[in-house]
Amino acid sequence: MGILKTENLTHIYGEGTPFRKVALDNINLDIAEGEMVGIIGHTGSGKSTLIQHFNGLLKPTSGKVFVDGEELFADKHRLRDIRFKVGLVFQYPEYQLFEETVYKDISFGPKNMGLDDDEVDRRVKETARLVGLKPDVLKKSPFELSGGQKRRVAIAGVMAMEPKVLILDEPTAGLDPHGRDRILGLIKEYHQEKGNTVMLVSHSMEDVAKTVSKILVMGESNVIMYDTPEHVFAKAKELTDMGLTVPQITRVFVRLKEMGIDFPDEVYSVDYAKKLVLRLLEQKKG
Amino acid sequence: MIKDITIGQYFPGKSLVHRLDPRIKILLTVLYIVMLFSASGFLGLGLGMIYLIIAFLISKIPIKMMLKSIKPIIPIIIFTGILNLFFVEGGTVLFSWWKLQITSEGLRTMVFMAVRIIFLICGTSLLTYTTSPITLTDAIERILSPLKAIKFPAHEIAMMMTIALRFIPTLVEETDKIMSAQKARGADLETGSVLQRAKALIPILIPLFVSAFRRAEDLALAMECRCYHGGDGRTRMRQLKAGVIDWVAVAVTVIFMAGIFVLNGLLPI
Repeated sequence: MGILKTENLTHIYGEGTPFRKVALDNINLDIAEGEMVGIIGHTGSGKSTLIQHFNGLLKPTSGKVFVDGEELFADKHRLRDIRFKVGLVFQYPEYQLFEETVYKDISFGPKNMGLDDDEVDRRVKETARLVGLKPDVLKKSPFELSGGQKRRVAIAGVMAMEPKVLILDEPTAGLDPHGRDRILGLIKEYHQEKGNTVMLVSHSMEDVAKTVSKILVMGESNVIMYDTPEHVFAKAKELTDMGLTVPQITRVFVRLKEMGIDFPDEVYSVDYAKKLVLRLLEQKKG
Repeated sequence: MIKDITIGQYFPGKSLVHRLDPRIKILLTVLYIVMLFSASGFLGLGLGMIYLIIAFLISKIPIKMMLKSIKPIIPIIIFTGILNLFFVEGGTVLFSWWKLQITSEGLRTMVFMAVRIIFLICGTSLLTYTTSPITLTDAIERILSPLKAIKFPAHEIAMMMTIALRFIPTLVEETDKIMSAQKARGADLETGSVLQRAKALIPILIPLFVSAFRRAEDLALAMECRCYHGGDGRTRMRQLKAGVIDWVAVAVTVIFMAGIFVLNGLLPI
């Protein structure tokens, strides 16, 4: 069994009212430890609902959720402990900052876990370094910082809890390209350094293609695909039919293939594309 | 959960009562209150009850809603009832024990007051059941507007009320989000002593205030960008107009009032 697992997970909003809406329909997932998963799907496909089940903020209407082999909601008193294993960073997390200093805000999570001061201090400093916050920023008020910095503080606040699974809901929303690359870079670094499971909800295929090892495609309250980027982007047409975009480079290569040039289906990174084109040119010369 | 909070108790509909001019509705409510308080006997109150029942029937508001509006004031009814029962003197003594005694007059006053309070609440909730909060603030603005002559900021007050009402659902949603985010960071909102729980609210209240201020700033900017500069010279999309039905309603109410005064004169029981 993987680190996260769902069994026939179904969630219905407003059951018994005229506003009844099935948000998740019988979902079975098994996510292995150490994976970096990108979740894609258009608005209303159930992405946010799904991730809120992973740390027990939402209770399934039916079905089960397992974290690290332990069933959520089996024992109410264990819920808070299990919650510490799954760190959830919401959309626009900077709006949850509240402490006087950045240091205190990052330590909010670890302190709630009941860690001693030395351990809290170690974690705050380590995550601050990981997200690229200079030591003097730690003494500042979080409300004086720039948008990108605030976002990094908020992410650090969850990372400092050292969860086994880190889930981020649209961590790059509303940031400029520089800020976006920076956030994605630090998430990647965190994943490499800790080897923990990371899940990333995103609208941007480019972001996902660059960063993840597995892609989870959601559509109409269901899991449509859960596979490696090569396999998912090889079905470029299916994705476009669902109203999802594919990375620009994939679109270029799909067109080239239609024009009769023999390329593989699963081109999604510029580096790989470069290699293919160079190889083709070599062949022509030779 | 927190989403179940309903603010205002507007019950949408298309009945005659719903369609009355809100200014007239406020006027009628005031007249109705005067009616109840000028009735000196049960017959007068009975006339008030007939008026209330007719209004409720026309409005098609379910009887359940009317009972629901009485529920929160039951303690007040009981409290005043006990005071009236023991401290009103006159008539024959029905029961006495130690220094307390119940008189026939006390019993009568208790019932009379209780009935009056219940009618009062039912009548005024009919106003809020059939008028949306926005329409209500509109009407309040128009009613208060003559006071502008003495520099009373009628438009500003109405605008403040409208904005406050508009942002209640937004803030409720925001609170929900912040609570989830802090819970995900291990905030414990459910257990602990009262003091601990009050302290646990800080991580929710501060972001909420910050975001409320941010929204206020954005809203002010957006309003200024659309050249909002107060109430002077503003026209409205929904003009309030009192029509024939409104005046008929006023006439009916006045007749009921007259009826109560006549009853007071003829049968003062």
